[in-house]
Amino acid sequence: MDYAAIVVLEILYMIAFLALISAGLAIVFGMMRVINLAHGEFVMVGGYATIAAAKAGINVYFAMLVISPIVVGVIGLIVERVIVRFLYGRMIDIMLATWGLGLLLTGIVTLIFGNTPVSVATPIPGYQVGHYQMGGYNLFVIAVAVVLMCSMWFALRYTRVGLVARGAMQGREVISALGYNPSTIYMLTFTVGAALSGLAGGVMAPLTGLLPSIGGAYIAKAFITVITGGAAVIAGTVTTAVVFGAVDQIVSFASTPVLGEIAMLVLALVLLRLMPQGVTGQFFRNST
Amino acid sequence: MSEPVVETQELAVRFGGVLAVDNVNFTLRERELRCLIGPNGAGKSTFFKSITGQIRGANLGGRVLIRGQDVSGWSTHKIVRLGIGIKTQVPSVMNGLTVAENLWLSANRTSGYDGADAVVEEILTDLELGGIARRLVGELAHGQRQLVEIGTVLANKPWLVLLDEPAAGLTNVETERLIAIIKRINQDATMIVVDHDMHFVRALDSLITVFHQGAILIEGRAEKVLSDPNVREVYLGSRA
Amino acid sequence: MTGAGFGIGRVRWNWLVAAAVLLAALPLVYETYTPTLLAIWALFALSLALMWGYAGILSFGHAAYFGLGAYAYAIASFNVGESTVPLLLAIIVPAVVAAIIGALMFYGRISDVYLGVMTLVVTLILNRFMNATAGDAYRIGNARLGGFNGIPAFPTLNVPGDPSMQVFGTAYYFVVIVCLIGAYLICRWILASSFGRILIGIRENELRMELLGYNVPAYKTAIFTVSGAMAGLAGCLFANWAEIVTPSVFSLGQTAEVLIWVIVGGLGTLIGPIIAAVVLGMLKLALGTQTLIDNSLVLGAILILVVLLIPRGFAPTFAAWRRRLAQVQVHRRQARGTRRRRVALQEANQ
Repeated sequence: MDYAAIVVLEILYMIAFLALISAGLAIVFGMMRVINLAHGEFVMVGGYATIAAAKAGINVYFAMLVISPIVVGVIGLIVERVIVRFLYGRMIDIMLATWGLGLLLTGIVTLIFGNTPVSVATPIPGYQVGHYQMGGYNLFVIAVAVVLMCSMWFALRYTRVGLVARGAMQGREVISALGYNPSTIYMLTFTVGAALSGLAGGVMAPLTGLLPSIGGAYIAKAFITVITGGAAVIAGTVTTAVVFGAVDQIVSFASTPVLGEIAMLVLALVLLRLMPQGVTGQFFRNST
Repeated sequence: MSEPVVETQELAVRFGGVLAVDNVNFTLRERELRCLIGPNGAGKSTFFKSITGQIRGANLGGRVLIRGQDVSGWSTHKIVRLGIGIKTQVPSVMNGLTVAENLWLSANRTSGYDGADAVVEEILTDLELGGIARRLVGELAHGQRQLVEIGTVLANKPWLVLLDEPAAGLTNVETERLIAIIKRINQDATMIVVDHDMHFVRALDSLITVFHQGAILIEGRAEKVLSDPNVREVYLGSRA
Repeated sequence: MTGAGFGIGRVRWNWLVAAAVLLAALPLVYETYTPTLLAIWALFALSLALMWGYAGILSFGHAAYFGLGAYAYAIASFNVGESTVPLLLAIIVPAVVAAIIGALMFYGRISDVYLGVMTLVVTLILNRFMNATAGDAYRIGNARLGGFNGIPAFPTLNVPGDPSMQVFGTAYYFVVIVCLIGAYLICRWILASSFGRILIGIRENELRMELLGYNVPAYKTAIFTVSGAMAGLAGCLFANWAEIVTPSVFSLGQTAEVLIWVIVGGLGTLIGPIIAAVVLGMLKLALGTQTLIDNSLVLGAILILVVLLIPRGFAPTFAAWRRRLAQVQVHRRQARGTRRRRVALQEANQ
């Protein structure tokens, strides 16, 4: 019974993890068809921002929920204006430039923080579930993910901003037709996506020792989650996060974590092969 | 009476809840030239695509027979290999290659690596494309690109030629030229032409099949069909 | 009579001979250790350049076949006494895997970004799997897979038939150069053939090629297989150079590097990516040895600048210029012809 609770919690955590790190990429790819290969590095910078702020004495929650998104959001804004803005519609060029950006960010962070892992303690202590000790912070991560997904869905569905954003997914002309400047909308979208990546990095920071090279781990999983999700930004990301997170953890519990990860990857292959338009290209077609 | 070369039996195409093609029975004889007309949404292009194999699988019901061979469910390239040339509604050519290269790729399949060059020359001459042979197709005007596409259709020597809206976007002069080309093709090949342009269809002076709401409304020679009151109502929405 | 797009099949023999002579003479003035590695990278870049530049297939995980070649060689060489069979296996195993994965993707009409993700996932699976194979339990025959430590100290290439005569140093350099030039000639031969031209057609417009009667998935699977085999050969040569094989051959970094070489060198050319692999490889090695300026930082900055300033990489800019030159010559010839006809007409009318 306790074991079942543990498994469920671990599954929920994995789902939350995937959803969190994918949110920023889902916005940017879903809205603008931009493949931001520096996404992992945005998450990494968010993590470093939180750790640096916490070490400077700022409340860690404030650091991860406010400072990280702002810092990475600003970086995203600069990147959009200086690099990405000239490359819309050129997928390969964007991939290449953002890959370069990722390397650049990795290099800069290495210069500032060095190559040894930095970390900060988890602010929430563990608790007992029957015979097992659970990390309390994981619950916080799950909560943040849920709140984030719900607010994003609500914003896209029921606010004016969301309406414009969803229109933007259809193309530049729609934005103009709605009376807004496409360049401005794209700039804002990229910035928000970056901010979300920073948020994810901040929230995840207490859980791992952070290295400048950790971006690579994030980008692959986020990429797979978002693309397999399909056209619907929230429904797609959440669906695939649920499916992948569950499979990963269940197989991990049944065997080893490596096999769990491999199982998730194999499942991604199968899903992509069966549903070439992503999951929400086949099911939940008209969702957000 | 010769055997039909193209035949559909109870052909039906369903997209979700919409029946785009409604149990159509269609026959076409050797060396015929048939025009398919009908208002937007009548199902002509969908019907066309079910013959070419571009629509297949779960959506498709009934049978398509080409020279007696049941090709329902066959992939497009297999159907094409029976000797069919297809021009799509939206011009489908290799924009980054020259006119000659486009034609070569088509000719290569039936005439081989060595024979293709001669066929390319032939088509260039027939369609008067010689002057633009080395131009990139993507840089050409719309009318020229339509002509290049027709060239690629002809370059692999098909006995059945299917043209979807070949006159779309052409000037009057280009349309006249197209009419002459089609009549020349029809001397050897069986043809189906789908189009909207009434002047063009009238000038081709062939048997016409009128589609309406996924089914065949009427079939017959041009004068009879085009003066039929039902056809006028379907097109113009009133008893004109 | 075929125009510029197909003219790519022609080998410029004088350039090739000159390059071969220079490469052969290199050991006289320089060491061969680094150039061997650069040539291996060039071969890897060539494999992707062929598939991506001419058939339009973008793989985010080409390192998978590079790695499979390396591991296949290492594992086989422990189990077979002599190196010829392992070398062949290093080409065949990646080729077979590529054929299977390619067929799975292309017959399923997967393309664009979804293809990219699937190829990425394949590499990730291999990476994760190999990283986790530490311990005695994981072995194929006599070879322990070694987990993230990899497989060290396997028998390297020997003269075919004589296991005691190892090929290393300058001799190995020549082997690699021969492989590179051979692969280049094979690429040119493919591109000059109808197979190559059909691939170019597929790159330009898949639907139209299908409407012309070509079995597009079959062609794509075929070139994917060839490209995988070539990458596998590069991987095998790399294994012999490094004398150790680790899961880093399957890394995202490796796959990103080869993509970068092709794009910076010029998508749609063969020589461009070869040169880019060599130049960027030298840059990476040079930066790697010092710690003042961070390697990633410089490479990242270069990438961004290249993309913003020279959109399609260096070599196509050159090729586009040559094309325009050729078209200018055609126009001049036509204009001369028109003038001559006009003059002749005037004379006839007098």
